Amino acid sequence: MRDLTARVLDLATGLGASYADVRVETRRVQVVSVKNGVVNALSDETSSGFGVRVLVDGAWGFASSADFAPAELERVTRLAVEIARASALACRTPVQLGPPVRSQGRYETPVVRDPFRVPIEEKLALLQAADSLMRAVRGVTVAESSCECQRVDKTFANSEGAYVEQVLIETGGGIEALAVGEHETQKRSYPNSFGRHQGTAGYEFLEAMDLPGNAQRIAEQAVALLTAKPCPSEVTTLILDPTQTALQVHESCGHAIELDRVLGTEASYAGTSFLTPDKRGHFRYGSEVVTIVADATVPGGLGTFGFDDEGVPAQRTVIVDQGIFRNYLTSRETAAVFGETSNGTMRADGWNRIPLIRMTNINLEPGPWRLEDLIADTDRGIYMETNRSWSIDDKRLNFQFGTEIAWEIRGGKLGALLRNPTYTGITPQFWQSCDAVCSEWAVWGTPNCGKGQPSQVAHVGHGAAATRFRNVRVGVV
Amino acid sequence: MLGREQLQHLLSAPLAASPADETEIVVLAADDALTRFANSGIHQNVYERNAEVRVRAVVGRRSGVVVTNRLDPPALTDAVAQATAIARLQPENPDFPGLPEPQAIAPLHPFAEATAAYSPAQRARAVRAVCDLAVERGLTASGAFSTGVRELAVANSKGLFAYQASTRAHFTTVILGEDSSGYAERAATDVQALDVEALGREAIERALRGRQPQAVAPGEYRVVLEPYAVAEMLDYLAYIGLGALALQEGRSFLCGRLGQPVAAAAVSLWDDGHDPRGLPQAFDFEGVPKQRVELISQGVARGVVYDRETAAKEGRASTGHALPAPNTLGPLPGNLFLAPGNAGREELLRGLDRGLWVTRFWYVNVVHPLHTILTGMTRDGTFLVEHGEVVGPVRNLRFTTSVLDALASVEAISREAIVLPNWFGGDVVPALLVGRFRFTGITEF
Repeated sequence: MRDLTARVLDLATGLGASYADVRVETRRVQVVSVKNGVVNALSDETSSGFGVRVLVDGAWGFASSADFAPAELERVTRLAVEIARASALACRTPVQLGPPVRSQGRYETPVVRDPFRVPIEEKLALLQAADSLMRAVRGVTVAESSCECQRVDKTFANSEGAYVEQVLIETGGGIEALAVGEHETQKRSYPNSFGRHQGTAGYEFLEAMDLPGNAQRIAEQAVALLTAKPCPSEVTTLILDPTQTALQVHESCGHAIELDRVLGTEASYAGTSFLTPDKRGHFRYGSEVVTIVADATVPGGLGTFGFDDEGVPAQRTVIVDQGIFRNYLTSRETAAVFGETSNGTMRADGWNRIPLIRMTNINLEPGPWRLEDLIADTDRGIYMETNRSWSIDDKRLNFQFGTEIAWEIRGGKLGALLRNPTYTGITPQFWQSCDAVCSEWAVWGTPNCGKGQPSQVAHVGHGAAATRFRNVRVGVV
Repeated sequence: MLGREQLQHLLSAPLAASPADETEIVVLAADDALTRFANSGIHQNVYERNAEVRVRAVVGRRSGVVVTNRLDPPALTDAVAQATAIARLQPENPDFPGLPEPQAIAPLHPFAEATAAYSPAQRARAVRAVCDLAVERGLTASGAFSTGVRELAVANSKGLFAYQASTRAHFTTVILGEDSSGYAERAATDVQALDVEALGREAIERALRGRQPQAVAPGEYRVVLEPYAVAEMLDYLAYIGLGALALQEGRSFLCGRLGQPVAAAAVSLWDDGHDPRGLPQAFDFEGVPKQRVELISQGVARGVVYDRETAAKEGRASTGHALPAPNTLGPLPGNLFLAPGNAGREELLRGLDRGLWVTRFWYVNVVHPLHTILTGMTRDGTFLVEHGEVVGPVRNLRFTTSVLDALASVEAISREAIVLPNWFGGDVVPALLVGRFRFTGITEF
């Protein structure tokens, strides 16, 4: 591998690149899915290739190919340089990368059971068990259970002397039950929606979910929701479960702190951010109970790795400190704009994509409350669980979320079941209304974070616990 | 490019040697390039060459899928063997109808040499022209300009072989002012059909017009929706309910409503992969030729699209709308056409006594699929219109509204329709004057 990376880097610099890097990746993904007792997906997917990124005359070029033949290595490297020269035709500010990155090392996700060594029959048996239990509940129309495991082998080298190797392993899974009534459909998911919960871990991560042990419960909830009361339209106290809190962090904080967005380089697609540089260091993003960190080192998190795709080591950065906005997620190029160094968040969705600033694990730090005490402390409000819909404006201010299920809170106790719950707000007002964070904390995987053109999907994590917000508008539908 | 003959030759040997009862190989090969710009300059510029090979092996009524991006004969043979082994691990799927027999496919050639040969320097010069136009007006340009060649081949052990090479060019731009923005987008088979500078001017004009937006109260408004907004709305409608699986599982808004009015009489929506006015695709990922499917005709719900498995459940033929296996979404439309009307754009605006003119939507999501309720934001140019005249720009609003309710209240449709890419293909859509559209919130810009 060192021969290959050296050949590409030597050629690129010889052609005039002031900086070059090359990533060689193989990604394998196995998906097993059972729907209504039938295996509706059983697939094993492998993609290998290399990507060459160069700076020529202060402008970027990138080219990639799945073909490792020597002639193709040369064609692609020359093409990357040609593309960079074309970029220079319309490049207004030459790229500065700051101090060189010369990382050396190897990182491998620690796993107890390698998910690719677990027999498919064992995975099918687990999913079939959950499927049967869901379908045993009268009123369930569609039951679906799935698991997914991924392994990425990648090597990164740059013209500054960095050379790092990584093996990143992920395991995830989940179950869903759909109930159909005369004028209503309702779905419940466990442990999260988006099809699955996922982490950088082995098969033990899936086993710990106990999918069969939760199948009957969520199936019964899906059926019960068909005839539940609609979520009222009012302004009230809202408690979010850990998974919805995680998505709230993702959308209203995680994307807003991406420095490429802030500097305008995602304006054409994902948008920009309300967290402009003048706010850094003093803007009250949330209440004093709100502390948020970006931590690519937390064990098991879906955004955990050893090095980012610029070779920068994984780090922990305080983003919001007791409510005050402190830091962004950065790359070498964006950090250099402020005379700083990257905090290691550049990741690419495979060998054929350039790295972008992506969330790592953006974690809301836990608080002192137990959930049952928090509910007991709430005289009137709503408890919402498991995301169903999400939407936020292109500066990350006005949001609206829906969840699969909710309960009234009356006199400090959970009461009637509520269907089609939604809530809406403006990001800083919402987080400033947060007055309690619970202690039962976990890192929730978000395997579907989209960004960039061409589109890239990132796997990111969010440490979160149940959280309470005051004076929230609910019941928008 | 690999070409028809090379692919047919390459795939024939592993199909012939497969140990499975039936075998299918789908190849999607692409040479794609994209030039991205922001802050009025190019900041990302990328190219990739890849070929995804998807092997489905069938043993009895069991099927396994292996995907690789290696096209050499040993890799293909390995993939077929692995897919067969995976198929053998699972129980029978009684609904699996088997792979299709060869069918005649009307040939299409949505391929333009100019697009295939378009260079990084050509894209850069086009982008620079738009950036210069924006800078001249005190604005900031961002966007993306992509060109590419794709080859789709589907071959199976029953002798089916389908092949199509196509090109696509796509330009999108967001022009930013201090407190405003504008948008333009088009897609075409031939890059020469894209007037990139004109698109830049369209977005610039919208950004200039959008300065100093004022707040308006959320509530129900009559609206003129530009084609960008219409396409987004229809893509979500297709996703949640215009495929047969959603209907069969009882989660489509069309359940029990086929043959009934669901939209205004002026609304006709269909899917047609062969219409050259769109971004055509002659066959689906099972190699079945695409049929024109009437979805809504003169306001009446007429049908949904099928793949082989959903069609077999109803004893009918696939309409040619299968997605790549393994597919848990079911079949979906990929080439939507909304019938144009006879109104000019200014006529649509003149139809608003008081209402909003919406350029596009952003971050749309499904709130309630059965009731076709979506939520999302307006973006890149929203304007208040009174007595048929544009009063001025307004701050972006959040909508939470039923698509079918909006379509039921369509009062006029523009003559002009434009081509926009969607998740699986392309839409050809006009602008709409809609009588009821519910806005539920407002943001700060």
